[in-house]
Amino acid sequence: MWDHEIRAMASTHCIIAASVFMATVLPAVLVPGFSVYGTHLLWIYSVSGAVIAVSVAVFWLLGITPPAKKHTVGYKLSRLFRSCLYFILSCLFFHTVVVLYGAPLIESALETFSLAVLLTSLTTLRCLCVLGPNVQAWIRVFSRHGAMSVWDTCLQITVACTLVGAWVGAFPIPLDWDRPWQAWPVSCSLGAMIGFLTGLVAAPAWIHYHRKQLTYKCK
Amino acid sequence: MNLNSPALLEDNLIWQAKTAGKRMVFYGDDTWVRLFPKHFMEYDGTTSFFVSDYTEVDNNVTRHLDGTLKRDDWDILILHYLGLDHIGHISGPHSSLIQPKLLEMDDILEKIHSALISKEADGSLPYLLVLCGDHGMSETGSHGGSSEPEVNTPLVLISPAFKRKGTMIRTPGVVEQVDLTATLALGLGLPISQNNVGHVIPGVFEETTLRDQLRFLHLNGHQLSCLLKDSMSGYDKGGFEQFRVAEKAHGNWMKLYLEGNNSEVLSNIGKKVLKQYLEALAAMSSALSKQLGKYDMYSMIAGMVFVFQVSTFLLLAMPEALSGEAAVDVPVLSSLLSLPFYLLCLLLASVHVLVCTSTESSCYFCSLSWGLVFAAVAFSSAMFCTLVSMATRHLTPGTNINRKLPFRSKDWSLSELDALLLAGTVGHTLSLAASSFVEEEHQTWYFLLNTLCLAVFQDVCRKYFREQRDTSDEDEHILLSKDCHSSVHQKADICSEKWLALATPPFTLICCRLLRSLNQTGVQWAHLPDMGHWLNSSEHRTVLSLLAAFCLVLIYLLVQRRCSWVSKAALALGLVGVYSYRAAVGNVMFPWQHAGRPMSKGTVEARFVYVFVLGILFSGTKDLLRSQIITADAKLKSRGLWELYSGLVLLVSLLFRAHNLPVLCCCLLVQTLMAQFIWKKLHYDAAQTTIMHYWFGQAFFYFQGNSNNIATIDISVGFVGLESYIEAPAIFLTALSTYAGPLLWACHLVCYLSSERDRSPVAVGHGCYCLALLRSVPAAAYIVLVTVLRYHLFIWSVFSPKLLYESMHVMLTAGVCLFFYTMEQSPSPSKS
Ligand SMILES: [Zn+2]
Ligand SMILES: [Zn+2]
Repeated sequence: MWDHEIRAMASTHCIIAASVFMATVLPAVLVPGFSVYGTHLLWIYSVSGAVIAVSVAVFWLLGITPPAKKHTVGYKLSRLFRSCLYFILSCLFFHTVVVLYGAPLIESALETFSLAVLLTSLTTLRCLCVLGPNVQAWIRVFSRHGAMSVWDTCLQITVACTLVGAWVGAFPIPLDWDRPWQAWPVSCSLGAMIGFLTGLVAAPAWIHYHRKQLTYKCK
Repeated sequence: MNLNSPALLEDNLIWQAKTAGKRMVFYGDDTWVRLFPKHFMEYDGTTSFFVSDYTEVDNNVTRHLDGTLKRDDWDILILHYLGLDHIGHISGPHSSLIQPKLLEMDDILEKIHSALISKEADGSLPYLLVLCGDHGMSETGSHGGSSEPEVNTPLVLISPAFKRKGTMIRTPGVVEQVDLTATLALGLGLPISQNNVGHVIPGVFEETTLRDQLRFLHLNGHQLSCLLKDSMSGYDKGGFEQFRVAEKAHGNWMKLYLEGNNSEVLSNIGKKVLKQYLEALAAMSSALSKQLGKYDMYSMIAGMVFVFQVSTFLLLAMPEALSGEAAVDVPVLSSLLSLPFYLLCLLLASVHVLVCTSTESSCYFCSLSWGLVFAAVAFSSAMFCTLVSMATRHLTPGTNINRKLPFRSKDWSLSELDALLLAGTVGHTLSLAASSFVEEEHQTWYFLLNTLCLAVFQDVCRKYFREQRDTSDEDEHILLSKDCHSSVHQKADICSEKWLALATPPFTLICCRLLRSLNQTGVQWAHLPDMGHWLNSSEHRTVLSLLAAFCLVLIYLLVQRRCSWVSKAALALGLVGVYSYRAAVGNVMFPWQHAGRPMSKGTVEARFVYVFVLGILFSGTKDLLRSQIITADAKLKSRGLWELYSGLVLLVSLLFRAHNLPVLCCCLLVQTLMAQFIWKKLHYDAAQTTIMHYWFGQAFFYFQGNSNNIATIDISVGFVGLESYIEAPAIFLTALSTYAGPLLWACHLVCYLSSERDRSPVAVGHGCYCLALLRSVPAAAYIVLVTVLRYHLFIWSVFSPKLLYESMHVMLTAGVCLFFYTMEQSPSPSKS
């Protein structure tokens, strides 16, 4: 039924996963002294940048982003501006949540903020790409039985996987193993990344196997 | 529950020295003073929690040194220098601070040594200077692990009684830390602590006469063999025979010696005896440390079976207990009359007789009286039969559907919140298997609580944004068609309520975050400076006073709403009394007070508060009894409950330290807000509410500065309002203040559920049941874990204190459940 869409989704996800992979490997080759643990913040920003660039490009090319209602330049600019604003707000939101979870307030603010940027680029950015800067639509998608298309379901799955990954990633921090990946925020960002990749794989697969049961209300 | 909880007042070297009348002086970490209260003739404890400080803690010790060394009125001087440990924690073993600190220590050592040498000239007994570290540090500067650099420390003994070995440097030998105790005890002429497993360090007594050496070894050997006899059934292994042989040889040698035989032969025999002794000691010591904790498996298994029966019973009863009637049909009578019951009784009794007569070692159960044992056996087998019959009833196909959907509605599906609550409970139980998670359990609870708040927040958002949008369309139609004008006011109310409800979870989150930084607990991050220390330092006393006053006012405002006016007045006076008690003790100050005021124990003020606490409790009990017996009036009963609750709050606010008052304040605030806007409005059922209460209670247990370490129990609470130590009230007050968090939340649960009775009449029963289940399942799982891990490296330092806390908590919960039960039973006479 939605074979075409599922195939498009799978290839999109492949491209995004590949970009994550490249963002990890390329700097390791080009930049001396780059490692995922050692220069963790650099890794976070390189991966976030890659994911942002690739997602925006792919979703824009595929035309999944909801079309603008008006075609004036001013309207498009305001949309762009609103998207940027939401992006920054979401960074701040994630930062606050992480601090509420117990991250030090001042001491490692940069690390915490980097994690917030990573989480934002893995979750909020996708929402911006798929739904546009439209809070009503976001609330709809993330409430029960709110998905209206395959892409909505996919969005739910990836976002949930990423957040659960980051959540689970916090577990090893109190263990006294003194490993490099237990340092803040390595385990959380790695958890989020693994969750995100899992979500990328799981979303098309899940939709493929449940395509019979999935019924969407018309918009 | 189980039998391997640690004895807190063990026989130790310090205690032995104290009873022998040695005069001890101590300077250093105040943990010592807390561990050995009243043992020291003179002491100055330094709070060791400011790990960031590494000069003050040592200067505090050193400043006494000159004076003390000049005096002659002490026998033992203990100095505990913390600076090096703190430097390790701050910046690791390769820090630039280490070098100057070690030089400083060298200077101090030199000072002490020269002072001792000059003393020796007076011709007193030889001194012994012991220099040792309690632990090493890992590459990151922490400790507590079992790596090589963490467990190996130097030990230096300096004394004129030792032979000068020239300048040749030999590789030093390796001794166990436990050996030091035995050596010091013998050197000081004290009895060796009976549970010490170490043996004398042979080199130390090399210069004494052969006779003395043999005597020391014999004493040590005797103590070890006694210990061996107590703790092992097959004690004839492990060097015991060797010791016997050596003892006999020693006797022969003594005979020869007393006969005046002074030949070469005698000293040769003596040396042989010495060697035999040493071998025997080493063998016994190693056998003991290997078998340290020869566990009483039979009793442990018996205890485990009991615990398991109770928790399986609770689990099996789940479908019925959470059904609409909340009544569990326990087939006791039928199973009491069944044949398997008698068979099982016989079987267990015979097992008991067999076990207790076959081995000579006495287990805990054998020391009980026979009647008690058989009562236990009968109880256990009755329980077992009941369980089996309940299980078969569930497994019969007729009730299978009921089993699959244990909750009351058939269309019950797992919402995110339920999933989180279940996963959290299971996850927490599993996490108890790792020692670090036990040490840092507060992190688990904070983490779960945060997630819970976020999940609740999501629920609230969903209710007010999503669903209201759906219904508001219909609402608006109705509104338009009917009366537009009347409900404007109501609409404004709904709107403000909506925003309050939306603000509650974030507010709770912020509260939790603030409380979390109030008391740093646990092990790994315990040394970080926290708000509590900042508030308690003397410069910030004004801030603390203002904060405490503000909190007390807030507490009054939050609690007084539901009380009668008499209780209101009592509460207000009581809270004023709390403040004046804190002022008398010197924690806070009145604005008209100047700083240099003599501190008192505040007994009068505390007793003043106790009077009001008792008054409020009395009036609450009176209301409760009247509603139970005479009128069966739900309103009166609810008021009685709330009054009991406010009495408890007043008592806790007296017991809590001044810097912990915000914890109490936030607890009340969160309870009020959550009850008002979340639990009522979102229609959470009793089970969900109970789990949330339980989680909050657990988190508040840690917010108030507790941990799974015995050292964090605040013993000083036991003296509030008492002139001297009286055991029963001291224990009661300490337990109350330690478990104040869980207790307050459990009490709030009772009050909340019974005031919600009109909505769901079985809520109290459900809540009680859930609380019992929530407490017993982790406890049962933990007991199994501890039994399995009984040879774990950290069994004594990490797992058994936690076990103590768990069992205490289980007892407390049992009490609360009993209270629940009586509350629930009350309306039945009025019905019938
Ligand atoms: Zn330390
Ligand atoms: Zn230490």
